[in-house]
Amino acid sequence: MLKVEELTTDYGPVRAVDGVSLEAPAGTVTAVLGANGAGKTSLLRTITGLVAARSGRVTVGGTDITRMAVEEIVRRGVAHVPEGRGVIAELTVEENLRLGGLWRRSGAAPVSEIYELFPRLDERQHQPASRLSGGERQMLSIGRALMGRPEVLLLDEPSLGLAPVIVAQIMAMIRALADNLGLAVLLVEQNARSALSIANRGIVLNLGRVVADREPGELAADEQLRHAYLGF
Amino acid sequence: MTKFIDLTLSGISDGAVYAAVALALVLIWRATRIVNFAQGAMLMITTFIASAVISSSGSYWLGFAVALGAGLVFGALVERVLIRPVESAPPLNAVILTLGLYTLLVAVAGMIWGNTPRSFPPAFSLRGYSVGGTRLLFTPNDTFIVLVVIGVAVALAALFRLTSLGLQMRASAFAPEVARLLGVRVARMFTVGWALAAVAGALAGVLVAPSVFLGPNSFDPILISGFVAAVLGGLDSPPGAVIGGVSLGVALSYVSGYAGSSLVPLAALVILVAVLMLRPGGLFAASAERRV
Repeated sequence: MLKVEELTTDYGPVRAVDGVSLEAPAGTVTAVLGANGAGKTSLLRTITGLVAARSGRVTVGGTDITRMAVEEIVRRGVAHVPEGRGVIAELTVEENLRLGGLWRRSGAAPVSEIYELFPRLDERQHQPASRLSGGERQMLSIGRALMGRPEVLLLDEPSLGLAPVIVAQIMAMIRALADNLGLAVLLVEQNARSALSIANRGIVLNLGRVVADREPGELAADEQLRHAYLGF
Repeated sequence: MTKFIDLTLSGISDGAVYAAVALALVLIWRATRIVNFAQGAMLMITTFIASAVISSSGSYWLGFAVALGAGLVFGALVERVLIRPVESAPPLNAVILTLGLYTLLVAVAGMIWGNTPRSFPPAFSLRGYSVGGTRLLFTPNDTFIVLVVIGVAVALAALFRLTSLGLQMRASAFAPEVARLLGVRVARMFTVGWALAAVAGALAGVLVAPSVFLGPNSFDPILISGFVAAVLGGLDSPPGAVIGGVSLGVALSYVSGYAGSSLVPLAALVILVAVLMLRPGGLFAASAERRV
């Protein structure tokens, strides 16, 4: 499980993440919600070490990863699917997938396992990833993250730019990953309604701070909160 | 007709050397977006080392192998010691560093080995093949040059396409941040890229040294041709570098054979300007596909 304690991150003079604490237990989906600029992406980038934390602590299964390099954090079982999906367009679908499991060497998931999960990718194995649709790219980047058999999955706006039908499919799949593989999922979303529909817990950020940390049902029922931060 | 074929063949041989230099520049450019102006000086140093080994051991092949090995170590060292510290700074900082390294290496070579160019032995005979009584420009050593460069190009292609090291290197070049998030040790991949580039450079050095002689500044013109070849091929693509090198070699060989060798540097410049004006992405650019 992932545990974040009093995490603070600055971009120059701007405080992007301000004393955030949260827990993402194994087998659950924790939704991190909030408007543009609320600090959601910065939170994920700090957890994976792309941005250095100013203070606070991040632990995975009890191991402190706060000051580790990105490559080492990945090796502690944290997979980060970045905003915009991060598919490498110049590589083929299969090359993208293989890349995700290389650090695990023989411990990586077999590519066939990912193709079983996403039959659409199987049909396009040898095509460059640049030819994929938005939904397929999202499947590829999630599948690629699964190649390293992570324990913690950080997803940054997986619904961005996708049609509602595809968003529903992706959300259902994220839920299934938490249930079936026991992953601790931290799901950053602007699409609060979709995210809350599959989440065990909802956290609302504003200006880098946690303004609410509740059950999804309670969040959706709080009209003031919904209007102020969630946009529905 | 014989002259045409002969010029084509010797152009291919010159072009193979340009291709090797272009590969050295391209491997570094696509990994770290730096034009390595020190490449000519780095291959000069490795060729001097080869020369020292050959004259003390008497074995050409030992010198050849030592040059490549020295290139490997030298390239990795330059990346780790000079380039890594300015990796997050604007690329211009690193480019200026390579210019500084160029100056330093040329001065050091002059101090150690002197500034008078010396001869360097070829691997095979420099007497042209004789066909029907006429002696060609194309020599057995040219055959060797062409075959070695083809071998290196094929080996690099295989490395990039077929191995997981190559996959990680390509990922690091295309999308360094995503590669890090997938656990690729990107900094290490850059070191490997610089090392391989310096091997290609060292190879060009020992191959061309018999015809340009060996001195601190002997390889400056080769670096310029290699740069033109790299631009011709799109700066980003190793196959482009090879095709660019060979095309340039053949074109310059025709200019030299039909219009006079004094026009060669001018012709190279004209080709460079023409490519930059008409196809700034290079003749074989992959950049159109790279928009995401």
